[in-house]
Amino acid sequence: MTQIELRGIEKFFGAVQVIHNLNLAIADNEFIVLLGQSGCGKTTTLRAIAGLETIDKGDILIDGKAVQHLKAADRDIAMVFQSFSLYPHMTVFENIAFPLRATRMSSGEVDKSVREVARVLRISDLLDKKPSALSGGDMQRVAIGRALVRRPKAMLMDEPIGALDAKLREEMRAEIKRLHIKQGSTTIYVTHDQIEAMSLADRIVIMHEGFIQQVGTPDDVYSHPANLFVAQFVGSPVMNVAEASVADEGGAATVTVGGAPKGFEFPRELLTRLNGHVANGGLTLGIRPEGVLVRHDAAAGYVPVEAQIIEPLGSFDIVDLKVGSKMLRARTKAGYVSGPGEKVHVRIDPEQAHFFDTASGKSLGVRL
Amino acid sequence: MAAVRTSSEVALNRIAIVAVLVATLIFLAPIYWIASTAFKPKELAVSVPPTVLFQPEVTPFIRLFTKRVQMQKTVDPQVYEAAPWWEKRIYDGGERVLKVGKDVQLSQYPDRFMNSLIVAIVSTVLAVGMGTFTAYGFSRFKIAGEADLLFFILSTRMLPPVVVAIPMFLMYRMVGLNDSHIGLIILYIAFNLSFSVWLMKGFMDEIPKEYEEAALVDGYTRMQAFFKIVLPEAATGIAATAVFCFITAWNEYAFALIMTNRRAQTAPPFIPSQIGSGLPDWTTIAAGTFLFLLPVAIFTFLLRNHLLRGVTFGAIRK
Repeated sequence: MTQIELRGIEKFFGAVQVIHNLNLAIADNEFIVLLGQSGCGKTTTLRAIAGLETIDKGDILIDGKAVQHLKAADRDIAMVFQSFSLYPHMTVFENIAFPLRATRMSSGEVDKSVREVARVLRISDLLDKKPSALSGGDMQRVAIGRALVRRPKAMLMDEPIGALDAKLREEMRAEIKRLHIKQGSTTIYVTHDQIEAMSLADRIVIMHEGFIQQVGTPDDVYSHPANLFVAQFVGSPVMNVAEASVADEGGAATVTVGGAPKGFEFPRELLTRLNGHVANGGLTLGIRPEGVLVRHDAAAGYVPVEAQIIEPLGSFDIVDLKVGSKMLRARTKAGYVSGPGEKVHVRIDPEQAHFFDTASGKSLGVRL
Repeated sequence: MAAVRTSSEVALNRIAIVAVLVATLIFLAPIYWIASTAFKPKELAVSVPPTVLFQPEVTPFIRLFTKRVQMQKTVDPQVYEAAPWWEKRIYDGGERVLKVGKDVQLSQYPDRFMNSLIVAIVSTVLAVGMGTFTAYGFSRFKIAGEADLLFFILSTRMLPPVVVAIPMFLMYRMVGLNDSHIGLIILYIAFNLSFSVWLMKGFMDEIPKEYEEAALVDGYTRMQAFFKIVLPEAATGIAATAVFCFITAWNEYAFALIMTNRRAQTAPPFIPSQIGSGLPDWTTIAAGTFLFLLPVAIFTFLLRNHLLRGVTFGAIRK
């Protein structure tokens, strides 16, 4: 039973503030992913929780107890590093046993605990090897084993699979998920990879320039991005965003992008929902490529456009469509658009459209 | 990847091998010279042209370890017959071994050799130990004026040590440190410390700090992390640094000559003092030098694997 709470955390490196008034409550057994670009403060936050970095303001509470003044060793937290940080002069067994040796546990119990963890991680046959003889995936398993063996209050993982190649990353991702379900410990995981975040997290915390942008379930941050940053950071291929203007045309709303001659049709309801925002003139439309619907023949509500670039991605294609001065990326069936220059008809699915305030970047919360 | 070597590459390779052999011969020549002279009969030591093939003998070593005097007349045949084989070698040279009663008087060489060992080992251990801690501090913590401090440490090497020999001698005499082991040890630590700090800092910087951070999170104090994680990782660097410090302290001549004369005198100033009156006894000096070379050779040989990895440390780790 471990809850972690961060209250008003601020952190400076010299004159540069890297964390701004960060507040976050993490529930017992929750898998939290801190997601953001490098330099957004996610790793600093993690290291502050671990006790490897001091904070300038705020409280870090573990099970209600403030720990920001405690040494790392006294916080009963385990951490997995991106570089694995296996001690090169020790065998795998000694590496995993290392945290237990600090607790004066009897050698019989150490042996039992290490073998149990090794069994769970399927590395029992590697116990006598030195880290230099291991593959990247096995090294990471050992690093996780070293973190698990002490049964810590919480697990912190700093891009633990970032150094592995793509295939192994996918395997280890599944393995980490399996372990979390099996062992169930409060976990804080740092990554810049949104796919990792989406697939692992109970809740994702998206950070940018030291500020939390949004906290939510993977579905939340994908379907209801709080602002333009989150909208463009989460999801692959990236969400289309374009400044747009809305007009009332004969009983329906039209949304015009990039000064195109013809706007996209939206239900009239949009006008009332956007009430007030349109007048500012600062409206940005966000639409994921799967929300851009493409067909060959003309139909009601569809706008004729020209395909510019086609990126075949195997199971689907990403097609760049020229709409006025803007490009809209659409996701189509593989080979649906035969080549650049082809004329197609396009519509925006109103239910998948997002609207943002251009000046602040904040979502207007208007979903149809 | 197996690449096919062109004929020019093969030729270059052969030239490189020849160059290495020539360099090795040049480096080994003085050592061969000393070693061969140490086993030569006295009269062959300075023969022109140099003698390459000769019957080796250990007489120079016997002379090295004994106190002797020149004999005015030839030795009594009965005494000569009764003498052990090594004493006969001395009689053969027109000298006799000094004795008190029946006890052979040893020369000062063993004492001086021991002084060298004490001074070199103690100063090396302390210089490397202090250097390791200092380097760790510089490598891991933010220290105000770090670059200036490191430059200051290095600046102690920026003038020839002999420049300060006279003031050091006067100060040492004032505080009673001259002709003492501790005096020489302090001097050699002062020489070696800057070197040891800089070399060890390079090695410490190469050890990822995540190792210690992992240990800190795993429930260890920084001191425990240092001894359990950093020190074993730095073993290679420590070995390399120790070899260099040991060689410097072992071979130091100028200060040993000025600061010591009897009790704490080390081997380097002692060996040439054996030249004696009349004709210089090169074979005895060579024997003393030859024995003096051995500890460094053995020490370096034992640590050769660490040393090789040590001097190429950065290249391997990255």
